[in-house]
Amino acid sequence: MKILVLIGNVPDTTTKIKFNADKTAFDASGVQWIINPWDELALTRAVELKEAHADKIESIVVANVGRAETEATLRKALAVGADEAIRIDADAKDAWYVASQLAKVAAGFDLILAGIEASDYNGSAVGGMLAEMLDMKSVSAVSGIELADGALKISREIDGGSQTLSMQTPLLAVVQKGIAKEPRIPAMRGIMMARKKPLNVVAAADAEEHTAFVGFELPAPKAACKMIAEDQAGELINLLHNEAKVL
Amino acid sequence: MSVLVYTENWDGKFKKVSFELASYAVALAESMQLPVAALSLGSVEASELEKLGAYGISKIYTDTNEGFNSLDNQAIAKAVSAAAVKAGATVVILAHNNLGKAVAPRLAVRLKAGLAAGVQGLPVTTSPFVVKKLVFTGKAFGHVSINSTVKVLTLAPNSFGLVEKATAASIETFDAGLVSADFATTIESTNKVTGKILLQDAEIVVSGGRGLKSGENWGQLEELAALLGAGTACSRPVSDEGWRPHGEHVGQTGKIIAPNLYFALGISGAIQHLGGVSSSKVIVAVNKDPEAPIFEAADYGIVGDVFKVLPQFIEAVKTIKSA
Ligand SMILES: Cc1cc2nc3c(=O)[nH]c(=O)nc-3n(C[C@H](O)[C@H](O)[C@H](O)COP(=O)(O)OP(=O)(O)OC[C@H]3O[C@@H](n4cnc5c(N)ncnc54)[C@H](O)[C@@H]3O)c2cc1C
Ligand SMILES: Cc1cc2nc3c(=O)[nH]c(=O)nc-3n(C[C@H](O)[C@H](O)[C@H](O)COP(=O)(O)OP(=O)(O)OC[C@H]3O[C@@H](n4cnc5c(N)ncnc54)[C@H](O)[C@@H]3O)c2cc1C
Repeated sequence: MKILVLIGNVPDTTTKIKFNADKTAFDASGVQWIINPWDELALTRAVELKEAHADKIESIVVANVGRAETEATLRKALAVGADEAIRIDADAKDAWYVASQLAKVAAGFDLILAGIEASDYNGSAVGGMLAEMLDMKSVSAVSGIELADGALKISREIDGGSQTLSMQTPLLAVVQKGIAKEPRIPAMRGIMMARKKPLNVVAAADAEEHTAFVGFELPAPKAACKMIAEDQAGELINLLHNEAKVL
Repeated sequence: MSVLVYTENWDGKFKKVSFELASYAVALAESMQLPVAALSLGSVEASELEKLGAYGISKIYTDTNEGFNSLDNQAIAKAVSAAAVKAGATVVILAHNNLGKAVAPRLAVRLKAGLAAGVQGLPVTTSPFVVKKLVFTGKAFGHVSINSTVKVLTLAPNSFGLVEKATAASIETFDAGLVSADFATTIESTNKVTGKILLQDAEIVVSGGRGLKSGENWGQLEELAALLGAGTACSRPVSDEGWRPHGEHVGQTGKIIAPNLYFALGISGAIQHLGGVSSSKVIVAVNKDPEAPIFEAADYGIVGDVFKVLPQFIEAVKTIKSA
């Protein structure tokens, strides 16, 4: 079995978000880049599965659509335990475009893992789009993957509960919280080995773009918090009722 | 040209979100001077379907194939796409929830459409078609222009609300043409959250953090939530510790919610937590540390011990409810 894990390259989760002067683009100066948190968990799960089923899982490949600066993120993915990395050399600006690029390298995998959303543009798009382009079954909001005899045992969250599914490969799983407990931190040995693992750069194919961000705004600053004394807590409820009118 | 809305059901009844989607679709169609239709997939009774009329839907397509109840993403995308073609839809609207997020990108590919996910409110402009959505996990808003002929949107829950508009709805049976082989999602077991308000549907959410010290201490928080008809949520360490179920975790790596009222009890207000709740209309914070960052995000606050505050909240709510 071959597993492909899609890797988004996103600003660190503690980044203070700022935009350029005319508010048309994110200002990336001074930003630390990380593996998109969901993708890091997806990769961790893939590595756990490979460790537990060395006889069944042949390789884990990671892929990113991005420019040369995303290679540090891909190297980290190799250090965590992927066997090979692919970087498709293009500006990733639109989910359709990104999925089209990934479709070109996604043939032959039995299991593809994508994150539920990129933590920067929150598109919730690339995984499902890729599955449709490949005419492959997909399951979303996946919080668990186990290998069962000849099938995959998948846990997914649904609106109002959760389900356990039995799915055949090939399958694309869009994963979220719970898929792995903690992201795996690369060990020194992994970092050393990652330097020797293949990172292949592929030229981009022609593809359409259907969306574009035309502007950004930061939320309006909040008015100061109205403070109530601890022994007057009931008064706060009255304010919610009479003043804010939300009760 | 028309607007199509995919309404979701569960156990034969529409989910609350479906009525918000209908309200939104009707308003959007009106602003673009287009007709609007709704699609219902799976087993829903006619009496239930007619409820969409109360929100201004005049035309409903329904395919009652039981296979849809398996929530197979590809099959549902095929069916919505077939309905969109039949209705000549140029805008298709879904919910930004688990099912909508799963189906929308597949649907977008089938319709050669651009997708904007988690849209807040009506478009900023409809020509060009620009919508507003949260980006950077709640830290900013982005304006996305969709440049394709057909557009797919998922609407952020609670971002539009319900708008009633009594209309007679005509129901048309529709066969999306799916066969059993299309439904390749085999469900082994389903675990339903029953008797509780769904977090994403909740207008009020009561949330607890590590300040509550242990899972056994949730009694008063749950009592307050029950009195208010509120959903319950928690910070990430709380669900990591197993004090509360994972489905309650809100924030950057959990659920993103936007209730009218959010109670943050014993929660410090880390940036990753705020990312999931900052769109709440009113935030109440109770924390014994006056320097806790949650107070910067809150509208009303108490510096104090959550275990001294909760009984007073409960009493005050009882008084209001009995008045
Ligand atoms: C200089 C620069 C500018 C950018 N500007 C924009 C912009 O203005 N608007 C915009 O939408 N995006 C922009 N991006 C790219 C963005 O981060 C994504 O790569 C892409 O747009 C998809 O975003 P999304 O939110 O739809 O992803 P989602 O659909 O939310 O991502 C879901 C999952 O898809 C996979 N995935 C997402 N992106 C990639 C990728 N690039 N490579 C491999 N797998 C991926 C991951 O598994 C991820 O968890 C920019 C990137 C760069 C480098
Ligand atoms: C990549 C990443 C993603 C993350 N995603 C999320 C996420 O999605 N959601 C999330 O919540 N966190 C997330 N976190 C974790 C986040 O950084 C914080 O660690 C977490 O939110 C803290 O939870 P807390 O407020 O419950 O606990 P703490 O930070 O420990 O705060 C407890 C608070 O309770 C107060 N307190 C203690 N006792 C009492 C009392 N008796 N009465 C009143 N107040 C009291 C304390 O003063 C303190 O402020 C993420 C972190 C990372 C790195």
